[in-house]
This record gives sequence, C-alpha cells and structure tokens, in this order.
Amino acid sequence: MKRLLKNFAFTSGLILTVVLVLAALAAPALAPYDPNVQDTMRRLEAPSHQHPLGLDDLGRDVLSRVIFGARVSLRVGFSVVILASLVGVTLGAMSGYFGGAVDVIVMRLCDILLAFPGILLAIALVAVLGPSLNNVILALAIIGWVGYARLVRGQVLKVREMEYVTAAKALGAKSPRVIIRHVLPNVINPVIVMATLGLAGAILSEAALSFLGLGVQPPTPSWGAMLTAGRRYLGLANHLAIFPGAAIMLAVMGLNFLGDGLIDALDPKYRKLIR
Amino acid sequence: MTQYIIRRLLQMIPITLGILTLIFSLIHLIPGDPAVQIAGEGARPQDVQQIRKALGLDEPLWKQYVTYLNKIAHGDLGRSFRTNESVAKEIAARYPATIQLAFGAMFVALLVAFPLGIVSAIYRNSWIDNVARFFALIGVSMPSFWFGPLLIIAFAINHPWFPVSGREEGFKSIVLPSLTMGLALAAILTRMIRVSLAEELNQLYVTTAIAKGVARSKAIFRHALKNALIPVITILALQFGSLLTGAIITEQIFSWPGLGRLLIQSITTRDYPQVQASILVIALTYILVNFASDLLYGVVDPRIKLE
Repeated sequence: MKRLLKNFAFTSGLILTVVLVLAALAAPALAPYDPNVQDTMRRLEAPSHQHPLGLDDLGRDVLSRVIFGARVSLRVGFSVVILASLVGVTLGAMSGYFGGAVDVIVMRLCDILLAFPGILLAIALVAVLGPSLNNVILALAIIGWVGYARLVRGQVLKVREMEYVTAAKALGAKSPRVIIRHVLPNVINPVIVMATLGLAGAILSEAALSFLGLGVQPPTPSWGAMLTAGRRYLGLANHLAIFPGAAIMLAVMGLNFLGDGLIDALDPKYRKLIR
Repeated sequence: MTQYIIRRLLQMIPITLGILTLIFSLIHLIPGDPAVQIAGEGARPQDVQQIRKALGLDEPLWKQYVTYLNKIAHGDLGRSFRTNESVAKEIAARYPATIQLAFGAMFVALLVAFPLGIVSAIYRNSWIDNVARFFALIGVSMPSFWFGPLLIIAFAINHPWFPVSGREEGFKSIVLPSLTMGLALAAILTRMIRVSLAEELNQLYVTTAIAKGVARSKAIFRHALKNALIPVITILALQFGSLLTGAIITEQIFSWPGLGRLLIQSITTRDYPQVQASILVIALTYILVNFASDLLYGVVDPRIKLE
C-alpha cells in the first residue's frame, strides 16, 4: 500500500475518485442550491461570488447541478459495472470451465458483439428502448459483459488444469463449488482492474449518450446533457459547456489513473490481458 | 495468403449475419406495439395499420426475417418514413462527409504523433518526453464532446478563424472537427510510436549500425523507425474503424452533415428504416476496415504468419 501511494498517478487517481464519490454521496449537503430551482430572470448569468460556476439556460445553479451530476454518473457507472461483470464472469467461467457447446455459443456471441462497434450498439438499443437512465444502464451492460467474459474464460482455461482444481474434483466437489470456491478466487484480480477501468468507460459512455440526447432526460442533472445545453450557448455563456465537461474529464481521468495504478500494484501483466 | 483471405472472408459471413439479425431485431425491441409507437400516440387506427403493413409487421416473424435478408441482399435498404425516399440515397449523400472527416482526423493524428513520438523515444525521460506523455494522457481522457466546444470557443468565437459548424466553407470547415476527432488518436499513436521505437533503439542491430559508422540519425530513421512502424500501422488501421463511430459525436458537435448526424437525426424523428440502414452501413464499414487492417498486418510484416 505504501508503495502504491508513492505512485503519483495512483494517488491523484485515488483523490479524484474519493472527491467524486463524496460529491455523489453528500450532494444535498454540498450543493449550495437546489439543482432544479429556476431563476429565469437571471438566465445564463456568468460565474460570481454567489454562484461560483454561474447559472444555466433556465437560471439554475451550475455548481449544484455539477455536484448532483456526480450521482447520475456514478449510479450509471456502478450499475453497468456490476451488471456487466456479473453476467460476464458467470458466462466466462462457465465457458472456460465446461468448454464444448456452452463455450462455442458464448464465444460466438462475443464475436458478434465485438464486431459491432460498442457505442453504436448502445445508441441503437437506447434508440429503440427509449431514452432513460435505466435503458442507458441496460444498453451499456449489454455491450460491457463481453470483455469480462473473455478475460475470465482465458484465466479459467489456465486455472482449470491446476492441481488444486483436480484435487478438489477428486475429493468429490461438484462443479459449482469448484468454480466458486477454487477457480474464481484465483482469477478475480484482473476482473477488479477491468471493473475500475470499466467504471470510467461507463461514465464516459453515459455522458456521450446523454450528450446525443439519448441518455438521462431533463431535468435530472447529467454532465453529458448539461454539455448539450451548453453547446447551444457557446459564445454567450461558455461556462455552461466548460464546467460539466471538466467534471467528466476529471472523473474519467481519476478512475483511469486508479485502474492503471492497480495494474502496476497487482501484476503488470494484466495490462496485456485487459487491453 | 489467398487461403487466409478466403478463410477470413468466410468467417465474416456468420458475423455479418449476426449483425443483420441484431439490426432486424431492433424494431421488435420497441416496447409495446412498434406500429403504434412509430405512428405516435393518438394516431388514427388506419395510419397504424398502414405502417404495420408497410413494415411487414403483420407477417409472421420468420417471414419478416427472410424478407429483410432478401431485400438487403438485393441492395434494398428500405424507404424513409420522413421523406419516403430510398434510405440508401440519403446514406450515399452523407457517406463522403463522414469518410472525409475520418481522413482529416487521421491526418491530424499523424501530424502530431510522429514528431512527438519519435522525439520522446529518442530523448527518453527528458522534459520533452514528459511533455509528450502528459499530452498523451490528456488526449485519451479528454472527451470529444468537451474538446470540440472548447475549440469552438477558442478558434471560432474568440478568434473567428474557423466556422462554428457546417461543411460549407471547404478546408476551413474541416479543421476543427478533424482536430476534435484526431486528438484521442494522436494521443494513442504518440504512445505507440514512443514505446515501439524505444524498443527498436535498444536492439543490437541499431548499436551495430552505429558502431559501423552509420550516422545516428540514419540509424534511427532508416533502420529502427522502419521496424517500429509495423505495430503502429496496424493500430492505425484498427483505429480507423473507431473513428467512424467517433464521428457520430463529432458530427453532432459541429453539425457536420455525415452519416453519424443522419443516424441521430433519424432517431429523433423515429425514422426507423433510416436508423437501421445507417447502423448497418456504419457497422459493415467497420468490419471491412478491420478486415483490411488484418491483411495489412501480414503485408508489412512477413514474419507474421497469418493463421
């Protein structure tokens, strides 16, 4: 841990992530104003002492909306990573452990999903399911599980031949028990790293979808949706685009640093596995 | 080689079929009755019926699927709900703009990545290397939908050198969108070139060349760089595919009249045939580009056995 903290990237990543999580958890306490209260007389007002990040196109406090936006980002991020990793790890473990028909079906499915550019599939799914927070989560999980499945399958193929697995089987352990008690604990580290990086990816994708108008719907404050509004007032009120964008970048950068630091700490070989 | 191409082409058949199936299923994923959804709330029943019929939704599912595949095979991508014109026509009109943008972005990326990557590989751990690495870090973390508006503020509004949006002003129009889309790629390539060239510079053949009296610059550019480029070329070709999807966002930022903007516009107007066709064309281009980059890999490096 000490060595980890010495690593500049990891430390700054950790700090940024802690700030992000705190902002999301304590949003009502931290935000100076209600993020949805409008003051239409003061639309697009520039940053001031009273409103450090200014007011948006409906006269809402931008700082409060950026802070509450962390909630949406993290909610999407965590939901996507949990859903995708659960499905991916389960299918990947089964695919690697049992082989045969299960393996063929799961891997062909992966091939098709990988041949399809990820964000395009997410756009397509949200387009037909309708734009909403839950549909964004669903769409991103559908494209996200593939990575975990392939990673876990590869690891399980290696671990499966280990003597302790053979021993467990010889002692009469049934397949689910062997997988859960003996195989998975030995392949879980790269999954953790992938999940950290996946969190950054999911936050970025949510922002992209919301930017395209396919994500979280108003008035919920989402960084991506705030940027869309900001784009309309470029030149008139630049602060509308600058601050939500900075929030996205800092969040994504923080999580990426954290993930990179974890790779170096756990095993640098993971870099090859995950990319 | 021929054998490999044939095998890869054969492998593409099930993948293409899978993608077609996915795109076909899209319309059936619409919650509720798709015909009602498309016609809009409160539409007259005869309108709903007409849409159902136009889409073939009154037929059994397997028949709809066969009809869909048959139409695609004959190059018929369907008709737009909005304009009632062939969707293929609209796509053909928009396609060149997207390809142009992708090449623009690639040009920007190469222009930045080559000098930066080479210099930082030669002067490893110097200040210039640190600058390059910091740039690469920012480049991969900066979302295009933020970088684009920042460029607009700086170079279209504060200094009105380039247009804010559109494609009417020729070369001037493409500069900011290309920069927006090229930044991430430039960052990735800079990293690649640095790592790859640094590795080659450590090889004995470079030391030998220098020991035999070859000028250092020649040893770097003629000997090491040539070999260092192999992985870079592959990444470049592979990334061209992701540029196509990146275009969806960049085109939206700059109102660039390409395929990505068409897709988002048709989603907003619920023009499903146009949505399906746009997705199909983007996905197929992506697959073809990746296929081509695989082949390229074998051509630039004969040591690699194409298996």
